[in-house]
Amino acid sequence: MKTVEEIKAAIEAAVPGAGVTILPNGSPSAQHSLLLDTEHAFAVAKFLRDDPELSLDFLSNVTGVDWLDKEVVEKVKVTKQVPKEVDGVQTMVDETVEETRKHVEPGYLEAVYHLFSMKKKYGPVVLRMRTKNRTDEVELPSFTPVWRAGEYQEREVFDLYGIVFKGHPDLRRILMWDGFKDHPMRKDYVEPDDFEYEPTAHDKVLQRHKEHMAKIEAEQGTAGATA
Amino acid sequence: MSETAVKSGVAVEKAPAGSPDSQPQLESWNRPPVIAPEGEGELLEVSMGPHHPSTHGVFRMDVALDGEKVIKLKPVFGYLHRNHEQIAETASYLAMMPYTDRLDYFCSLTNNWAYALAVEKLVGQAVPERAEYIRVILAELTRVQNHASAIGFLIQEMGASGTPLMYAFKMREKILDLFESLTGSRMMCNYMRFGGCRVDVSEPWLAQARKVVEGLPKFVDEYEALLTGNEILMARTQGVGVLRPELAVNAGITGPMLRASGVNYDIRKVDHYGIYDRFKFRVPLGDHGDIFDRYMVRVLEMRESIGILEQALKEVPGGPVMDPKAKIRGFKPKPGEAYGRIEAPKGELGFYLISTGNPEPYRYRVRPPSLINLTVLEDMCLGHNVADVVLIFGSVDIVLGEVDR
Repeated sequence: MKTVEEIKAAIEAAVPGAGVTILPNGSPSAQHSLLLDTEHAFAVAKFLRDDPELSLDFLSNVTGVDWLDKEVVEKVKVTKQVPKEVDGVQTMVDETVEETRKHVEPGYLEAVYHLFSMKKKYGPVVLRMRTKNRTDEVELPSFTPVWRAGEYQEREVFDLYGIVFKGHPDLRRILMWDGFKDHPMRKDYVEPDDFEYEPTAHDKVLQRHKEHMAKIEAEQGTAGATA
Repeated sequence: MSETAVKSGVAVEKAPAGSPDSQPQLESWNRPPVIAPEGEGELLEVSMGPHHPSTHGVFRMDVALDGEKVIKLKPVFGYLHRNHEQIAETASYLAMMPYTDRLDYFCSLTNNWAYALAVEKLVGQAVPERAEYIRVILAELTRVQNHASAIGFLIQEMGASGTPLMYAFKMREKILDLFESLTGSRMMCNYMRFGGCRVDVSEPWLAQARKVVEGLPKFVDEYEALLTGNEILMARTQGVGVLRPELAVNAGITGPMLRASGVNYDIRKVDHYGIYDRFKFRVPLGDHGDIFDRYMVRVLEMRESIGILEQALKEVPGGPVMDPKAKIRGFKPKPGEAYGRIEAPKGELGFYLISTGNPEPYRYRVRPPSLINLTVLEDMCLGHNVADVVLIFGSVDIVLGEVDR
């Protein structure tokens, strides 16, 4: 069993320029993961599989995770020059003020890979890759050419999260039908209002039924006005 | 089977691929071989499924045929998709336990165990001794009945309609009765909890279980006497649907299918999860990786499971079945993640959980052995007759509740 630090060192020695970051895991499982940069990820994957020391020949699990934009509120101590009257003379004095600042950390989509070694019988080694954002730059290199176990699982991540895996031999929707537009596992996915709910006394369902009927009525009302 | 004759182009249409020049493609050894059609005739596209007895549920295979020979095969999934993983993000950890029963409804108890194991890893929860024994007993009973039924379905697809399957079900019934008297349900058991099991087993239950296990070797003998030496079975299965070990490893195949290809990898032996290091059992391996080996590995695994059951039932210790310190109300794991896996009857069943400190998981992922074992379905079927496709598919042993989730 190799630690993540050893694996990181081995990767950096074998693939020059590869950016590998260790992401610690706070849970007692202590399965820390390695964040790869997308440019060198494919070379790293190949190295992990073919290196006789590591021989991570078995890709067990491929997953997507959606991390939304996060508003971070932090208190920052700022030193400011404040005009102040000292002994009747106007001077500028340094003063430390606490300020609350807000900024938005952009969200991203993440692909998580769990690797094991069937030869050396250890694992899991967790790899992660992140897209630049959640909207248009959602490309990641596909690991399917290295481990074919990723074939259907990457298709599933593409289907449900919308990560486009470059180099995947057959990237189509797998669980949703071909004409489907959105990616239902994203955190901000909104169900289309195309279904009439039975008006039961159940609160959530009743609410949806009311919303649906209000929409229908509004549509019919405008249609009647134009006719 | 709905057969529609369409122009050859439809079936062998190339799927949109990533730009081939910038990114490497599958290497030749792990890519399905390309089989050229012979002669001038048109190809026939057969849509096998979604409603067909051989597809074990709603599953479709788009098969392109040249005469009787399979040229191309693309599985189509999603008929039973209900976004199981998204339901988890709206429900609490405990509320997902009964949902896991519905993944692979033949083996609800091993699903429970895999999920419980992942959550226990996430929060660092210990399991009392007695509960560990009960888990092993239930998991091995599940494995025996799953393998027996899988073989029964396989033989049924070979044309032996009913008889072998009914033999398997006769035995399965006894095991399901055990499950029912313990958990209240035959198939949707919802039995395990984070840190133990829901209810304790009683002495009469254990006595009944011993009695059932006593009868199992006789059942396997009888089953084998019926099948193993059968000429038709050998003719139809030997050398059909061969899976090479290096491809099996690369494609993430697990369970009896991997071991039939000769790869020694059993998570019970590798991870020693639960208390599997206390029992003596062997890992049966195949030689050729064909359907017959898959059949044989399952039969031998049943025998090993019976061995484990005999050992476990001898020495069930006393004590609680639930860790008294286990947190049940207000269960909120600390931020972090965990991947837990077990050797389910169909292969490696894993659960990957991310917690952000909320009562419901931020991400809940099932690693379904049934779906991933289908990755090589095309590789195994190419070049064989269409009748063999049904057999090869049956030898994978899938349940659609788990494939589509």
